[in-house]
Amino acid sequence: MTAVDPTRSLSSGRAPRGPVGAIRTTCAYCGVGCGVLATPDGRGGAAISGDPEHPANFGRLCSKGSALGETLGLEDRLLYPMIRCSKGTMEQVAWSDALDHVASRFAHIVKRDGPGAVAFYLSGQLLTEDYYVANKLMKGFIGSANVDTNSRLCMSSSVAGQRRAFGADTVPGCYEDLEQADLLVLVGSNAAWCHPVLYQRMLANKQKRGARMVVIDPRRTDTAGDAELFLGLKPGTDTALFSGLLVHLADNGALDPDYIERYTGGFDEALARARSIAGSVGATALATGLSEQDVADFFRIFAATPRVVTLYSQGVNQSAQGTDKVNAIINCHLATGRIGKPGASPFSLTGQPNAMGGREVGGLANQLAAHMRFTPPDIDRVRRFWKASRIATHEGLKAVQMFEAIARGEIKALWVIGTNPAVSLPDADAARAALKKLELFVVSENVRSNDTVNAGAHVLLPAQAWGEKSGTVTNSERRISRQRAFLEPAGEARPDWWIVSEVAKRLGFGAAFDFNSAADIFREHAALSAFENSGGRDFDIGALQSLSDQAFDALTPVQWPTRQDNSQPQPRFFANGGFFSSDFKARFIAPEIPALRTETTAGRPLRLNTGRIRDQWHTMTRSGLSPRLGQHLPEPFVEVHPDDALKFGVTDGSFARVTTDHGQCTLKVVVSERQQRGMLFAPIHWSEATATGSRVGALVAPFTDPFSGQPENKATPASITPYEYVFRGFALSRTPLALPDHAWWARVAVPGGHGYLLADNADLAGWQSWLRSVAGDDLAEYKDFGGGVYRAAYFASDRIEACLFIGPAQDAGDWNVVKQLFAADRLDDEQRRMLLSGKSTDGLASAGPIVCACFGVGRTTICDSIAGGAHTPAEIGAKLKAGTNCGSCIPELKRLIAQVGSTDPEQRQLAAAN
Amino acid sequence: MSEPLVIVGNGMAAARLVDELAKVALGRYAIAVIGDEPRLAYNRVLLSSVLAGETASHDIELRPASWWRDRGVTLKYGCVATEIDVGRRELKIAGDESIAFSKLVLATGSTPLRLNVPGAELAGVHTFRDSRDVDLLLTLAARRKRVVVVGGGLLGLEAAYGLAKAGAPVTLVHLMDRLMERQLDAPAAELLKSLVERKGIEILLNANTARIHGETEVEGVELADGRRIDADAVIFAAGIRPNVALAKEAGISVNRGIVVDDHLQTGAADVFAIGECAEHRGICYGLVEPAYEQARVLAQHLAGRAAGYRGSVVATNLKVSGVSVFSAGDFMGADGSEAIVLKDLRRGAYKKLMISAGRLTGAVLVGDVGDALWYLELIRDRKPIAGIRADMMFGRSLALQTEAA
Repeated sequence: MTAVDPTRSLSSGRAPRGPVGAIRTTCAYCGVGCGVLATPDGRGGAAISGDPEHPANFGRLCSKGSALGETLGLEDRLLYPMIRCSKGTMEQVAWSDALDHVASRFAHIVKRDGPGAVAFYLSGQLLTEDYYVANKLMKGFIGSANVDTNSRLCMSSSVAGQRRAFGADTVPGCYEDLEQADLLVLVGSNAAWCHPVLYQRMLANKQKRGARMVVIDPRRTDTAGDAELFLGLKPGTDTALFSGLLVHLADNGALDPDYIERYTGGFDEALARARSIAGSVGATALATGLSEQDVADFFRIFAATPRVVTLYSQGVNQSAQGTDKVNAIINCHLATGRIGKPGASPFSLTGQPNAMGGREVGGLANQLAAHMRFTPPDIDRVRRFWKASRIATHEGLKAVQMFEAIARGEIKALWVIGTNPAVSLPDADAARAALKKLELFVVSENVRSNDTVNAGAHVLLPAQAWGEKSGTVTNSERRISRQRAFLEPAGEARPDWWIVSEVAKRLGFGAAFDFNSAADIFREHAALSAFENSGGRDFDIGALQSLSDQAFDALTPVQWPTRQDNSQPQPRFFANGGFFSSDFKARFIAPEIPALRTETTAGRPLRLNTGRIRDQWHTMTRSGLSPRLGQHLPEPFVEVHPDDALKFGVTDGSFARVTTDHGQCTLKVVVSERQQRGMLFAPIHWSEATATGSRVGALVAPFTDPFSGQPENKATPASITPYEYVFRGFALSRTPLALPDHAWWARVAVPGGHGYLLADNADLAGWQSWLRSVAGDDLAEYKDFGGGVYRAAYFASDRIEACLFIGPAQDAGDWNVVKQLFAADRLDDEQRRMLLSGKSTDGLASAGPIVCACFGVGRTTICDSIAGGAHTPAEIGAKLKAGTNCGSCIPELKRLIAQVGSTDPEQRQLAAAN
Repeated sequence: MSEPLVIVGNGMAAARLVDELAKVALGRYAIAVIGDEPRLAYNRVLLSSVLAGETASHDIELRPASWWRDRGVTLKYGCVATEIDVGRRELKIAGDESIAFSKLVLATGSTPLRLNVPGAELAGVHTFRDSRDVDLLLTLAARRKRVVVVGGGLLGLEAAYGLAKAGAPVTLVHLMDRLMERQLDAPAAELLKSLVERKGIEILLNANTARIHGETEVEGVELADGRRIDADAVIFAAGIRPNVALAKEAGISVNRGIVVDDHLQTGAADVFAIGECAEHRGICYGLVEPAYEQARVLAQHLAGRAAGYRGSVVATNLKVSGVSVFSAGDFMGADGSEAIVLKDLRRGAYKKLMISAGRLTGAVLVGDVGDALWYLELIRDRKPIAGIRADMMFGRSLALQTEAA
């Protein structure tokens, strides 16, 4: 490698240090963007705590953030560039060879088939600087806008909605609004699990100031547990609810006519459309499936509360009418003038750590750069700024369409950077199959293996991971924070911006990509935002365009805009108009009649909703490494309402096959009244790398919103049938196991190694011979084939190397007990004697499945504490610490209190068993 | 006036019978115990411990002299009973003395078998049965004599262990392909072999003793396959024969042992037999527990209470230091039975439980015998085990905890 790599040294990304040698950085997970203090331990790990000075979290972290230190291991990391050789195997190559190869293949395909034949698929995990360089290369120099990102699946409907209403992708409010609001309306957002730290700020408002909380969701999530009003509406009917609300506001004198008159347009058409959709409380109730009483209550509370923040997330965005839903919500805020004022705004909660940064650089197929669009003046301006040799002149293909074009053979070269589309795209089996058609398939990754890498990548480029890379991210309230390096890069891993720049240089664009550092790129990015921007564009960080390297390293969290004229950063927008449209007015949007894209049928009588769980992130390539996070919900599951469970013959704790027109999964069944009748819910996190037949993305229909291109991930027609497994069990191992093909398994990180939860129908003798084939000499076995049980463990000195417990469905052994023994460095003789019982022995009561991931407190322990007199989460916290850090288990604690405290013995049993 | 009750034999069965009688029929009988060993009754099971130097010889006495005295027992040890006159109810003792009885109990025990091979009569060929044998073996060991023990059953293993522990180089030869084949399955026997070998004992299986070499004294053992083992002494521990001569000569019905009914009565009225000399329902037990059970039943019967002996579920316990073996019931498993097996060779543990028709029917334990008695109880009681099947391998406390939950 000849090129200079300035990022090999940590010094550029290290300052400033926080207290006692800690380095300030930003969390790798959601869009809350919490500040993190990382204290390297000098052995490749780090102690993680919340940064008390960061304005997003003031020291708090959620369960995922708290466990970041458990995700820093190198075991799964991609450490050097690899190219698929003629034999079909992946071989290590030098960086220069890998980069030459990528550049020459891209050049060849562009020359032969034109720039439309190539594409980049990026990620909300990337730093702004990485995003900027990739976007610049594709749009300014290769000449295509085929740059899209997994953010397309996340919040692109919010982008489109804000652009239609405000003339720009502007988040009008800030986090402080959550503390100043008197009413918090959460729509399609399980913030208790997905944005826990912000949710805690909302709860604090509720407790301290008495703010009211309304939760609107087809699912009774843990977020609903704290709401005074829960509206469990039918899926896809949010627009009807907010249309009804607009009508109610208009008919009850709750509008702000002055604001409408001075700052907006299109109100009459929007109101007329709203009347036709839901012209009364009764019509709204009918359209949404809610009771008239609940609808009336919501309308009344909303109308009567000037300080209202409506927060929305994937339940709104992931829809074939997501953009209309966003606008239906924004309409209500515009009509009451409740926007950009303290405690009053619509508020999009973004999913990813840098979805916002990606939007800022324009890293989406329907944006150009720096909040500029594909209009002739914008194209010209960006071309001049970049000195672009071949600028894209029209929008590119959005994610779902991009993969369809790959499947059709129109896109022949794809570079995936930092994301796992073979799992996360809708119709994921088709997306994965499409990848195999590519002539050139490049993946920049942290991990050696995931479903996308395994879908036939030709070139693997090792990228720096969180903790190694350095640059900026922007959170949901437009606040730019530094992610800083606190670890040496793993192996030959490089920053994504460096990798892209090196390819750009090899393509002949050296002058435009001669970046020496993330700071270099940030300065250019900031300069572009201010370039010929006299306030007409919202995104302007011109004040930062001349930051020195040192100042960049020392940059404290800053909200945009922060314009060159040194005006103070602006926390809120639009209280007094000033929209970014040609007439500076906002637009009311008349939404389409709400309807889901698909119909249920006799063969597909249910609808599948998808989403996240509390302690996992995306496809688990990072969060899946943390034993603590693996404890909460370790298996892929489908949640079913009790009536549907009865109807379709599935039972809690058993397995079921969920089938859609696109794919099939085999999932563990959770029967719960949290689920609506007719709806299924399955989490998105598991992939082929982490479980068998549990790629929920494969079930999801690929129908997209006409404006945002965001797919309807939450309402695919589906059927469910019971699937029996005779045997259940688990395995624990220090090293990854290759399990027999016939088994269903889900992998989960455990202290000291890898856990696998198993189900199977093959005979036990097969398991015995499999185990013996992997086991060492020091083997202990328990065999009751007649009783359907086989358990075995093998040891190295006094430590368990691996163990396997297979048994009848309800009697495979206590995973929590065995896990604890597995974690130990040595077993004494008595522990070894009892190990294969799979049961807790005297005095070592099992704590049960972990509820509080932060402090590792189990359900049994909590239930005991409740039975012992703890009647509130605070009392439990005082006793066990559970719920006192991130608080995201508090809803579950409340449920347990209700169940254990209940006089109904069945309820009590349920609490203990679940 | 007490009835004269005479017990022939001063072993463990006799001692237990006296104990039981004292509980249920104190004063009813004037008891005399005639024994040929010149000492108080002792725990024969512990002889190998004495040999191994783990227990002192006097420590194995079952009861002190005062105990016998307190129960009014006339103890005649070192006396050989020579004849029973059933008709006159008299027992003759060497030295022409005779004792009248109203009830006679034969508890004469058994004698080790001596193989009928050339050289079996040579000096240096011994058996291992009583404390006199122990003294002799200790002398051999002290002189570091090379010893071949013939027989890989309970007795042979104990003798071999004791000798090895006492310092003799020991080779154990066994006719069968595994040790304790009448009590253990192949994996248990294999583990036992490796555990015993760790004690420094050489073990030869499939070893059929063909002859013993030597002019006047033992010089070596030759096996049928031609192998030859140098030796200074040979211990026969290849089985026992019930001592039935006394009964047989008295015209009492004898098969392999002295035939008794469910009241332990022989073919002659008021003459009873218990312990290793007795044959009940075709079985001669070579273990102490059935003898104790028989003593208990006989005491009840002699006290005039309704009692019957219906046979014992036998359990075998081998306990040489660090090697525990337990076997009970149908340990190989009849047709239709299932096995549950726990095997952890590094811990020296092997456990097999046999289940048939939802009940525990047999058990083999090596190494980990803590729950042996519980298993034996389950086998004897024929209690359904469905509720504890998943846990019973790991012991009573876990199983009962689960059952209670």
